[in-house]
Amino acid sequence: MPPRGLASERNNHWLPHPYPGVGFTDLRPLLKETDKMSNSHLEKPTTAGIHASAPLFEVRDLETVIHTRSGTVHAVNSVSFEINAGETLGVVGESGSGKSVTMMSLIRLLASPPVELRGGQVLLGGEDLLKLDEGALRDLRGKKVGFVFQDPMTSLNPVFTVGFQLMEPLRQHLGMSRRGAHDRAVELLALVGIPDPARRVDEYPHQFSGGMRQRVMIAMALACDPAVLIADEPTTALDVTIQAQIIELMRELQSKLGMAVIWVTHDLNVVREIADRVLVMYAGQVIEHGPVDALFAQPAHPYTRALLATMPRAGGAKQERLRAIEGMPPILTEAPQSCAFRARCGHARARCAQELPRRQPLSNGHDVACHYPLREVAEHV
Amino acid sequence: MSEPLFEIRDLKLHFPIYGGLLRHQIGSVKAVDGVSFDIFKGETLGLVGESGCGKSSCGRGLLRLSEPSSGEVVFDGRQVTALSHKEMRAIRTRMQMVFQDPQASLNPRMTVSEIISEPLNEHANLKRRALIARVCELMDAVGLNRAFLNRYPSSFSGGQRQRIGIARALALNPDFIVCDEPIAALDVSIQAQVVNLLKDLQEQFSLTYLFISHDLSMVRHIADRVAVMYLGKIVELADTELLYQRPSHPYSKALLSAVPGAVASRRADAPREVLKGDLPSPANPPKGCNFCTRCPHVMDICRTTEPELKAVAPGQYSACHLND
Repeated sequence: MPPRGLASERNNHWLPHPYPGVGFTDLRPLLKETDKMSNSHLEKPTTAGIHASAPLFEVRDLETVIHTRSGTVHAVNSVSFEINAGETLGVVGESGSGKSVTMMSLIRLLASPPVELRGGQVLLGGEDLLKLDEGALRDLRGKKVGFVFQDPMTSLNPVFTVGFQLMEPLRQHLGMSRRGAHDRAVELLALVGIPDPARRVDEYPHQFSGGMRQRVMIAMALACDPAVLIADEPTTALDVTIQAQIIELMRELQSKLGMAVIWVTHDLNVVREIADRVLVMYAGQVIEHGPVDALFAQPAHPYTRALLATMPRAGGAKQERLRAIEGMPPILTEAPQSCAFRARCGHARARCAQELPRRQPLSNGHDVACHYPLREVAEHV
Repeated sequence: MSEPLFEIRDLKLHFPIYGGLLRHQIGSVKAVDGVSFDIFKGETLGLVGESGCGKSSCGRGLLRLSEPSSGEVVFDGRQVTALSHKEMRAIRTRMQMVFQDPQASLNPRMTVSEIISEPLNEHANLKRRALIARVCELMDAVGLNRAFLNRYPSSFSGGQRQRIGIARALALNPDFIVCDEPIAALDVSIQAQVVNLLKDLQEQFSLTYLFISHDLSMVRHIADRVAVMYLGKIVELADTELLYQRPSHPYSKALLSAVPGAVASRRADAPREVLKGDLPSPANPPKGCNFCTRCPHVMDICRTTEPELKAVAPGQYSACHLND
């Protein structure tokens, strides 16, 4: 995946971390101090107030292209979504569907060049993140927007203790004393359910198991009480039992801290469990979006339906044969002019090759980008 | 059920740990610690468990890719563990393996035809024309385009690479294939393609599979029977539907309830059983029952006595003191 390597090449920060700034910078609102607590609440509207006005976080027509040696890849094409405080948005799609690039574009984590943000708006509390300068962005990353990366094995620096990595931003940006930052790091580890945090804070990442490392990553992302937490496949590298622990933990923390969570995954079963609303991506586009129950009960896009049909289930009746989606997702070397799924679609007609389907509303909060959305109730439920 | 193809009795794989000033052995990782089971002809036995529970070591032990420390492996009436190196080489043609990571298990400097024909060169002694014909036949069988014969693995997608790995495993007409997490590295839509392919090939070539996976929903789909491993031991062995409908061992229950989507729409009803903590170290397993440190139903006897794998129902075996 190009973004990871490219991001680290650019990184001149003295602490070699693949995503400079994230989870490390500026931890001003300290949860413990009441005056700062109220400040952070001003910045982060509460759930009650938000629904009446504009959403907490809004993405409009985001366009990201990647310039590669073999041409320009249109990785994100006119992606729009919004999320409110206390809500969980699940983002699903196959590898290469643009999920991660979208998320990293939101806080401009991708090296530019080769990545170019062609257009769109990313509004957090009315402020367009794409217009901010690098300094303001560093202030924002990790403070208002937390990020949990997929692979806990490679996202932590192996040569520093976990405590150091948690403390470094607290000291650097808040001017906290070593002791104060240390105490805060211990608190954060306790918050994410790491047993014996006072001892483990001085251990190195390799002394932690995969699930524990992911908890450390979550602790870092939460250190500054972000309004939005972006979790990019946080459980993909973990075992099912550990995945269950992390899901329960995130659910608990969300109800405690009230942040908005964007949970990126390719596992539809995970999304079904945690999300309030689901965004289905294909070829860098949002092809379907809706409340989780409506989307699973009545997936309207043929791709969503096919994706659901490929998943074997541990409960319920056993299927004889899995249905596969033949073919591969396309790599878009130019902005899509027609339906990107039509080559693999069983319902494709002439119009699909001529005209790009736009997102059209179906029912309350449910929309689909398909010329011929499927109306009948899915057979898999 | 037909006759057993594999009979495994008290198989152990212990890997030594060296340390100290003279690098002498200071302990051992008990990756597989006394497992016994049969694999019947034509069936798919699923082997599930968390990472580090010894599933892959167990699969490798069967093929003697890792040398077992003790125990017996009988393959089709022959004691595999007692065979000489030369005899082993001959019998390996009948048992093959599909590896987890298609990226790492294919040599990037060999073309597809070289990769698939390598076992044939070693064991079959075919003329060039016959060799190419056989490679093409295998590529057809796994659904790869013959035109890609001289391409390198780098020009294939993950799913296609796994098909190359499968074609290589099929080259010598084996009876038995260990599928070591063959779909773990693939996307969901591609996983379904590969699993369907494995099922078709099983029917076509009457293969027996040991299907190692941590994906319980996929194992349910492909396996006839499932063995659940925990810390080097089999805690439950049952017919697939029995295991998924009413698991007997507390670990199997926890594992199944951890699968997302297993309990539909969980928000309202009771929370699932979430296991606390991680897998203990296999170098220093707990006394008594291996699962006693995480078991929600732990009793005094569990900390002292190791439970045996016993029949709890026809076709279902479980190793737990709760059954007594």
